Amino acid sequence: MSVVNTSQRQKIVIVNTGCANISSVRFALERLGVEVDVSDDVNVIKSADKVFLPGVGTAAAAMASIKQKALVETLQSLTQPVLGVCLGMQLMVETSAEGGFQGTGNIDCLNLMPGHVARMESKGVRLPHMGWNTVTHNNESLFKGIPQDTYFYFVHSFAVPEYEHTLASCTYGNTFSAAINKDNFYGVQFHPERSGEAGAQLLTNFVNL
Amino acid sequence: MLAKRIIPCLDVRDGKVVKGVQFRNHEIIGDIVPLAEQYAKAGADELVFYDITASSDARVVDKSWVSRIAQVIDIPFCVAGGIKSIEDAGRILEMGADKISINSPALNNPDLINQLHDVYGQQCVVIGIDSFYNEATDQYEVYKFTGDEARTQKSQWQTIDWIKEVQSRGAGEIVLNCMNQDGVRKGYDVKQLKAVRDICEVPLIASGGAGEIAHFTDVFQQADVDGALAASVFHKGIINIDELKAELTSNGVAMRKRHGLTAQAEGVNP
Repeated sequence: MSVVNTSQRQKIVIVNTGCANISSVRFALERLGVEVDVSDDVNVIKSADKVFLPGVGTAAAAMASIKQKALVETLQSLTQPVLGVCLGMQLMVETSAEGGFQGTGNIDCLNLMPGHVARMESKGVRLPHMGWNTVTHNNESLFKGIPQDTYFYFVHSFAVPEYEHTLASCTYGNTFSAAINKDNFYGVQFHPERSGEAGAQLLTNFVNL
Repeated sequence: MLAKRIIPCLDVRDGKVVKGVQFRNHEIIGDIVPLAEQYAKAGADELVFYDITASSDARVVDKSWVSRIAQVIDIPFCVAGGIKSIEDAGRILEMGADKISINSPALNNPDLINQLHDVYGQQCVVIGIDSFYNEATDQYEVYKFTGDEARTQKSQWQTIDWIKEVQSRGAGEIVLNCMNQDGVRKGYDVKQLKAVRDICEVPLIASGGAGEIAHFTDVFQQADVDGALAASVFHKGIINIDELKAELTSNGVAMRKRHGLTAQAEGVNP
């Protein structure tokens, strides 16, 4: 297991999206020995070295919370590395098909990179896609030192299909984006904070970017 | 390929892990946090914590242990017991649990399932079902308040109907505890689980009856469940998780492997 480079003290901020998995992301980072702030303050987020965008629940609820906190423009203006986790990753693209239970139509997301979140094809597989599944990747940046076909923990029913910004892939029914990247924006569909040593390695890689 | 899950279940009472036989005679097994840590290190894929007193004695239960568990373990975990409202669920999820499981409160107020789905998403809504095989009527019946023998009662539901109902309301996973088998280690109720599997389109977790490795092989191969939950065989050291997974893998059941990370990962960023 590698360690985070703590020689230069970094300011790491988790955006308080009002969603529920903030504690588990914070605890995972604290286990790596880094200090973390949870904040919805524009200045705190802007001045961070690394930004985490967590999220569970529905895209509609999460976007409503981000809008209510007036954070949309702030998040769009960030130039430091940003990691979206699970729903946080899905919020990074243009639109999502995930409304409420009776929801129809597309939800506008943060548009940090092109892409659309669609409901996963349920043909022959059960949804939600819940559990440990294997990930193939490009061996670089977030996935440095992580073997191909390593298991990560997934819980979701919606996904970004494989496309030009796919950094890593997973197959469940169809193949979809397990991780995406454009410029400083990174997103992972799985939960690194709940993916054992491999997840800790990925978080370490991100913090060390 | 999605792996099948091995899920140790820790019954919690007053902050201690306990285990009874067929829901009775609870004995203390140990402290929660070190046990949780031990199971995460031993290769468990997920953990479930059932606060067994909470639903049945209507008091405010101290759940600070949820946060203490979230701080130390790096695998997903689910908390069950005493979650009666959106607010209860929110507190547990904010403390770091990945999923919440509801049982008796869903039977008393099925709308709670829809509400939890809409606020927190389907992925964290687990429905626990205590199902009892009634030999006299040859039917599977859903029971509630099973944490307290004096208050345990039959609900109005037959198991298959209740499973259809909770799915239509937005359940994300179902844990089916077969009460006749619970704690006696004679094997999972494969017959019932197969019947349920046919109508269950969300992940299905088998619970109740694990006594030896062959029981896990049977339930995965014959009932095609997504996970198998067990307590006493792990608490008492009867089954070692690594050996269990090796045996299941050799029988063609997909199990998570823990890769050693490569040398490239050492000493990141000079």
